[in-house]
Amino acid sequence: MAAGLLTALIFLPLLGAIFILLQREPRAIWNSAFVFSLLPLALSFYLFAAFDPHQGGYQFVEQYNWIPDFGISYHLGLDGISLFLVLLTTILISLSLLYSGGGDIEERPREFCFFVLVLETGLLGALLAVDLFLFYAFWEVMLIPMYFMIGIWGHGRKIYAAIKFVLFTMFGSILMLVAIIYLVLAAREHLGRLSFDLPLLYQVPLTHTEARWLFAAFALAFAIKVPMWPLHTWLPDAHTEAPTAGSVILAGVMLKMGTYGFLRFAIPLFPEVALDAVPLFMALAVVGIIYGALVAMVQPDLKRLVAYSSVSHLGFVMLGIFALDPQGVEGAIYQMLNHGISTGGLFLLVGMLYMRRHTREISEFGGLWKSVPVYAGIFMVVMLSSIGLPGLNGFVGEFLILLGAFLRLKLAVVFAVSGLILGALYMLWTYERVMFGPITKAVNETIRDLTPREVAVMAPVLALMLFMGFYPKPLLSRMEPSVITMLARVHVAQARMDSEWRHSQLARTTDVTASPATPHALDSATRVAAADK
Amino acid sequence: MTPLSLKAINFLWLPILPLITIALAAIVVLLVGVRVDDEESEGLGWLTIALLGVAAVFALGMIGQTGVAFAGSIAIDSYSAYFEIVILIATMVTVLMSLDYVAERRIAGAEYYSLVLFAALGMMLMATAGDLIIIFLGLETMSLSVYVLAGLARQDPRSTEASLKYFLLGAFSTGFLLYGIALIYGATGTISLGPIHAALTGDMMSNPLLLLGLGLMLIGFGFKVAAVPFHMWTPDVYEGAPTPITAFMAVGVKLAAFAGFLRVFLVNLAPVSAEWTWALWALAALTMTVGNLVALVQTNIKRMLAYSAIAHAGYLLVGMAAAGPQAGSAILYYLLGYAFTNLGAFAVVVALEGRGETSDMISNYRGLARREPWLAAALALCLLSLTGVPPLAGFVGKFYIFNAALNQGFVGLVIIAVLNSVMSAYYYFSVIVAIYMEEGGVQVAHMGARPALVAAIALSVVAMILIGVYPEPYINAASNAFHSALGAGVVRAASLQP
Repeated sequence: MAAGLLTALIFLPLLGAIFILLQREPRAIWNSAFVFSLLPLALSFYLFAAFDPHQGGYQFVEQYNWIPDFGISYHLGLDGISLFLVLLTTILISLSLLYSGGGDIEERPREFCFFVLVLETGLLGALLAVDLFLFYAFWEVMLIPMYFMIGIWGHGRKIYAAIKFVLFTMFGSILMLVAIIYLVLAAREHLGRLSFDLPLLYQVPLTHTEARWLFAAFALAFAIKVPMWPLHTWLPDAHTEAPTAGSVILAGVMLKMGTYGFLRFAIPLFPEVALDAVPLFMALAVVGIIYGALVAMVQPDLKRLVAYSSVSHLGFVMLGIFALDPQGVEGAIYQMLNHGISTGGLFLLVGMLYMRRHTREISEFGGLWKSVPVYAGIFMVVMLSSIGLPGLNGFVGEFLILLGAFLRLKLAVVFAVSGLILGALYMLWTYERVMFGPITKAVNETIRDLTPREVAVMAPVLALMLFMGFYPKPLLSRMEPSVITMLARVHVAQARMDSEWRHSQLARTTDVTASPATPHALDSATRVAAADK
Repeated sequence: MTPLSLKAINFLWLPILPLITIALAAIVVLLVGVRVDDEESEGLGWLTIALLGVAAVFALGMIGQTGVAFAGSIAIDSYSAYFEIVILIATMVTVLMSLDYVAERRIAGAEYYSLVLFAALGMMLMATAGDLIIIFLGLETMSLSVYVLAGLARQDPRSTEASLKYFLLGAFSTGFLLYGIALIYGATGTISLGPIHAALTGDMMSNPLLLLGLGLMLIGFGFKVAAVPFHMWTPDVYEGAPTPITAFMAVGVKLAAFAGFLRVFLVNLAPVSAEWTWALWALAALTMTVGNLVALVQTNIKRMLAYSAIAHAGYLLVGMAAAGPQAGSAILYYLLGYAFTNLGAFAVVVALEGRGETSDMISNYRGLARREPWLAAALALCLLSLTGVPPLAGFVGKFYIFNAALNQGFVGLVIIAVLNSVMSAYYYFSVIVAIYMEEGGVQVAHMGARPALVAAIALSVVAMILIGVYPEPYINAASNAFHSALGAGVVRAASLQP
């Protein structure tokens, strides 16, 4: 397998960003930015094709020493979980650039393209890093360009939104940094040396208290990013004030970094705590689903509505992840992609409308179906995909999630389904208010329908929705081995916990005088657990 | 003590060659400067840079050597060499950013550059000190020069005020240090660091004289590194002093103070670390928190950077509290990154001060990214590094220090430190907001006309990125330096045993 592919994938955008700094002419800037975003896109499709679907481990691995004193290495790898998020990233970045060049961003295009491409480097790096230090570095790097995008090209209270975004995310991630260092230091006893290499850290034995705190730190960082209710308050602000491309990337990819973090780090590193935390996270996910849907329903602003719908959709993803079984997790990954495509699509459409009318108030519209039929048609498909209509992508993911979650916690599914209904309700209601009925405002009669460029932006989105709705197999089959590898760690933990429980029960019944958790009982429980493995 | 042969003494002049060079350079610059007009002092600056370069070459030759000179009062090790080199480079960058500034403001060039050199001499002396008196000597040489430098912008009343405040509080703090030295001498019967280290056994550990001396020295160093509650002088002095001198204080003085602080406490007082780590723990927590909290509300960039410097002293004190070989190396690495980051930031501030009038309000920076995109980018990068955003030097430094502290089990202190980091993001990012996201502000002189300043900024920023992206060689250098101090300390202790 060719080496250096992943490095090329990560750093091609950065190269493009530097190249763009040397350009002066706006046209040339947009064109070269778009071309530079096509290179990683092509490369990621090649990786998709070359990916071995029968393998659960990392592929295209690269590893070099970086800071050997700390056991930090430049270690990259691609597996069935990250593969699709990489594809999603490269696709959405290209679409965002294509869209933004069409008149959405007129000020300072050079800086804009620079930040988008740097952001792509950060996102891809975080997805491909197998070393915790490297991951953290990329994780923080992606924060900065997004901050600039919101702050410079945003609307309204953009500075407030940008700072809030940074502080929220940084607060979570810096505690994760402490947890990472703590974990690595704890691992030193076991490994005999410092190492930030993720596969090695999976095997570190931790006390239950340690594992709990570390899981909490990781989970906090990721839950803020997802965002899970009640840590979501930065999201509506950031989304509403961000420029369209910023919202697309934020919703499409950055939020997925949170759910990806759970799958890649928080759960496999601390599977026992994760199992303990299932009820908590499922409950928060369900609250998020319903809360997001209810709040979305009453938003007067289209973009804010889509933002809150994200809270609801990401709740589904979290529900699937914490189902901790193959259906649930695969559904969650599938739903991450769906959400990226459909919410990304919705943000693009809202942006197109905003460019024409400079308002996003739902009450300003009505009857658009008559004046912009192409727009309305595309909007309908994207919206139906977001609702989860069978035949489109959203359905597959939601179905798998509910299936998986049902096996884990039936009650959660009962409530989550109501979120589906609410989702259909607010989306269709919004669509009705914007598109149907008589044209109430005269300006709406003369607005322009989609330009060819805008159709070109939306066409891949629609194609992906149909493809993923009808033929999920090539995606699911590539995910499955990696998901099963990841869940194997959870199953081992589950078995260990079960046998510990059995033994403690046994100790309680056979030896009445001994306390239930005597060291002896625990010892034998661990031995049995080891034998189970 | 075994008498040294004459031959050995002659040979031992070599290790202080960098010091001698700088001392001579200061005198040469002063003498040459007498004949130079104040508006044409630029040549004098270049001469200073050249002489600093020569000293740096000599200092490079010192790496890897170990031993003592002058009966133990000068320590020859990689630790000395490391600090000498960093101090010399920092001084060079300071002079680079001073060239235009001094000429434009008609500050007396001869005095300015020779005082900078004398201050550098004092700093290097502190870094190479093998006994407490040399530390004191270095501290005084440095401080007296800097007191005057702070007041050299004579037409500006704030500069005079800064000088006077700095002098009064500085003199006060020196008293603490000296008293501490005296008490330690009383307790151990020696001022040489090696023998002090050797004397710290058994009963001596809880000797009240020693502990009192320790406490007083802690206060003395606390003043110099601007630790809360001994930081009161910092914001006023930083604001009032000529900006390149502010940079010099924030970087050079801090480097030297930590060089002495570290060698005395982490190396030679390490056996009694149980007696002082708790104090440093409290000092670190207080310094970070107060520094960051007060920085939040600053509207003047120099004051903001002053409080930021206080906060960073706090992060460094986290490393001091963690007391161990790893912590020492971490502090050395952190100081390197910190030096370039701050030099870069202050150089941009110098560039943005209009010719003649000062304009250090952050509100003047609004819209800078449109007028001066490169300058804006440089400042933004420095601020990001100060915040601790990877992959810049500031991040790796913090990571290293937190790593060392967690290794010693200081979980609570590290959590305080990281929360402080988040807090600091607010004020650093607020400056970025002004630069990139707001409009207005003040036009500045064009940068093309000031190549030296451009060079200072470029050098600092490139170094800051390099040290962060590929930290391995610098981590190694820092680690070797600190271990050589530890090792040499033990060797010296053995060789100087009466």
